[in-house]
Amino acid sequence: MKRHNPGTESRTAQVLLIGLALAFLAFFLMLPLIAVFSEALKQGLGLFLSAVSNPDALSAIRLTLIIAAISVPLNMVFGVAASWAITKFSFPGKNLLLTLIDLPFSVSPVVSGLIFVLLFGAQGLLGPWLSAQGVKIIFAVPGIILATVFITFPFVARELIPLMMEQGKDDEEAALSLGANGWQTFWHVTLPNIRWGLLYGVLLCNARAMGEFGAVSVVSGHIRGETNTMPLHVEILYNEYDFVGAFAVASLLAALALVTLVLKTVLEWRFDLHSGARH
Amino acid sequence: MPSMTTRKASWRAPSVLPGFGLTFGFTLAWLSLIVLIPLSMLFIKSAGMGWQSFVDVGFSDRALTAYRLSFGTALAAAFVNAVFGLLVAWVLVRYAFPGKRVISALVDLPFALPTAVAGIALTALYAPSGWVGQYLDPLGIKVAFTPIGITVALIFIGLPFVVRSVEPVLADLGKDVEEAAATLGANRAQTFARVIFPAILPALFTGFALAFARGVGEYGSVIFISGNMPGRTEIAPLLIVTQLEQYNYDGATAIAMVMMLVSFAVLFTLNAVQSIRRRRLGA
Amino acid sequence: MIRVENITKRFGNYPALHGIDLEIQPGEFIALLGPSGSGKTTLLRIIAGLEFQDEGHVHFNGDDVSDIPVGKRNVGFVFQQYALFRHMTVADNIAFGLTVRKASRRPAKAEIKARAQELLRVVQLEGLGDRYPGQLSGGQRQRVALARALAIEPSLLLLDEPFGALDAKVRKDLRRWLRDLHKQMGLTSIFVTHDQEEALELADRVVVMDHGRIDQIGTPEQVYMEPATAFVSHFVGETNRLPDGRHIRPHDFEIAAHGRDRVLVDNVFRKGGSWRVEGRLEEDGTIIEIDVDAHEAPPAIGDTVTIAARRERTFSNPGD
Repeated sequence: MKRHNPGTESRTAQVLLIGLALAFLAFFLMLPLIAVFSEALKQGLGLFLSAVSNPDALSAIRLTLIIAAISVPLNMVFGVAASWAITKFSFPGKNLLLTLIDLPFSVSPVVSGLIFVLLFGAQGLLGPWLSAQGVKIIFAVPGIILATVFITFPFVARELIPLMMEQGKDDEEAALSLGANGWQTFWHVTLPNIRWGLLYGVLLCNARAMGEFGAVSVVSGHIRGETNTMPLHVEILYNEYDFVGAFAVASLLAALALVTLVLKTVLEWRFDLHSGARH
Repeated sequence: MPSMTTRKASWRAPSVLPGFGLTFGFTLAWLSLIVLIPLSMLFIKSAGMGWQSFVDVGFSDRALTAYRLSFGTALAAAFVNAVFGLLVAWVLVRYAFPGKRVISALVDLPFALPTAVAGIALTALYAPSGWVGQYLDPLGIKVAFTPIGITVALIFIGLPFVVRSVEPVLADLGKDVEEAAATLGANRAQTFARVIFPAILPALFTGFALAFARGVGEYGSVIFISGNMPGRTEIAPLLIVTQLEQYNYDGATAIAMVMMLVSFAVLFTLNAVQSIRRRRLGA
Repeated sequence: MIRVENITKRFGNYPALHGIDLEIQPGEFIALLGPSGSGKTTLLRIIAGLEFQDEGHVHFNGDDVSDIPVGKRNVGFVFQQYALFRHMTVADNIAFGLTVRKASRRPAKAEIKARAQELLRVVQLEGLGDRYPGQLSGGQRQRVALARALAIEPSLLLLDEPFGALDAKVRKDLRRWLRDLHKQMGLTSIFVTHDQEEALELADRVVVMDHGRIDQIGTPEQVYMEPATAFVSHFVGETNRLPDGRHIRPHDFEIAAHGRDRVLVDNVFRKGGSWRVEGRLEEDGTIIEIDVDAHEAPPAIGDTVTIAARRERTFSNPGD
């Protein structure tokens, strides 16, 4: 080992460190993932299939898809608009605005649900007025959507802002100087430049929207067949000691997570989107 | 601002690009509707309670016990993650080994896996009859339904924060800096302690703080493995839910307020430390 | 004395160096000159101990150091991008090499501090010891890197493209200053550069490298005036390569009636102390550059002139 490269460790030390890291990851990350699928299939494929095709499970899946289909596009539009305003213009208070956009990341999911209960709940600020109008938000689908939009609020914007900051505004200025109008510039110049970053943000936003538990749990009321999303359904089945059912639905969510990870890796790899600390 | 030219006075720097009014207005409106107004409810509600009753419910014995548990387990998990997260980041950045890309993707699993799924999976592993628990139980080590179990769940949740914070800094740290230390006679341990570690310490601290803040507020992955025994394994977010279920909105609000202020304090300190450092290094 | 003997190095299938032999006398200032990929940096790193040769030996004062790790070779190495420790002050950077020594060989704290101050003075950065590298200009960082390398009192100073990252004006000032410092301190130094002007100005001897081999070792005068290969001829200084294989420098041409080559003049402009005439050989359109003394009248654009070579070289291997 006399001649080993001064910029790195000896091969033995490397193997040791790699082994230690892999053992840690296997134990803390891999094992729980395996447990989900193994528990789901423990009693055979038949029970698994009947658990996921049960009407309550199907309605939870439907609701989860609806929630994601509404909240993800909303945050996508917001993310693009916010990134445009923040990266293409300079104005005072920009850092404050960035901090405010990030705010939902630092709020506990439970608190995220609580604030909507305080606003729209039966005893909340607007509760009495809303119930007089016959509008139900808390313990109903609108509340779940609001909580989900809150939780996933920063995802797209956080992805786009650094990307658009780096790209600058030369391309847009060139397009305008060539006679394009604002919308043409956005559709033909900006959007193609940011599409992969946008997709990346949408992917992460979607994973969180479908998987959110704490915030949704507080505002949903857990009404079977009505306000139960997939993660909430997992909890109900688990608390009823229907473990196969709970793990069966959980395995669908785990599969979604794996698909998300694969797509994310492909995007990072193909389009060189650097990955920083993400939530 | 007095206008010095014929150009219309504006509070923002002039730009030829269109759409500022539309996008900025929409951003502010949406931000206010979804985030600011709902969050301000916490302050309005707290203010309406009066100081005494806020302290009574926000700092009751049960609440204090829950804070201690939440902050204690989050701190312990963040420490474990700082050590192993650094190790994982190091191995991913520095060494070549088969399956590296898969391992790197796996690190993000806790971001992608719904917390409730993680919660029941960890419980299945660490319950006394579980895959791991059955070997620990005879040794007298109880993980599920104890603070250790909570810590295990928070280690799972927090790991990627540390890895993803440290990774880019470690990758950016030029090889030449380490070679420079070597030419000056430093051995590998000295190079790590005096050159590499100080350079990545801020990133490590960021990752630690993010993992800690996330751990304090974490709910889904914890409630299954914690057992939720009041006074013993009842975390602060769970206490909020319990208060809500009993229609004690004041109690829930006060506890939420305390937790949020602590989280903000952590993140504020973090930002302050980073900006002082940035100024010092002239970057 | 540094002796490099038959060094060969491959990176995978890519041969970086073949059979390099080189001897360097104490006090010499040596330039390793070549284009990128010529192996010059690899050779420098092997001498330092940052890279290891596949074959051959490196001797310092008669001792084979091939198996001695970099930290024990006592060489000062200045990196292209300086490689300063960003989280340490300038003074701490300079003192680093002394503070990592074993307790038995480490000077007292006060002495280390004094040495750092002394070196700051040498590199003309007095009073900047408490700054961080991020607060310095490129030229200042370069000098900190140099002071840091000098702090360990190296028996050999190695510099990898020391001026590569600097702008033109700073570059020139630093060059002159480094040359003086080398003399003053009685150093033995090797530097890598791809800039022939830099090599000719600074070095006692220039080692011209190409494709992992040494083409020529000689004084700047020898390398310029008597290039050993076609590669050296066109890499060091400007050269016209005529279709018949003759290499002629622009200032070795004269416009004269007895010349045998006819050139159509495309452009004439002033270049420093002379006129630069650009044209094409009538024979086959080869681009020709000619320097005409500034006191003489240059030809006009569009003229056809006859040129003769005052000095020319031909090489058996025509080069690239």
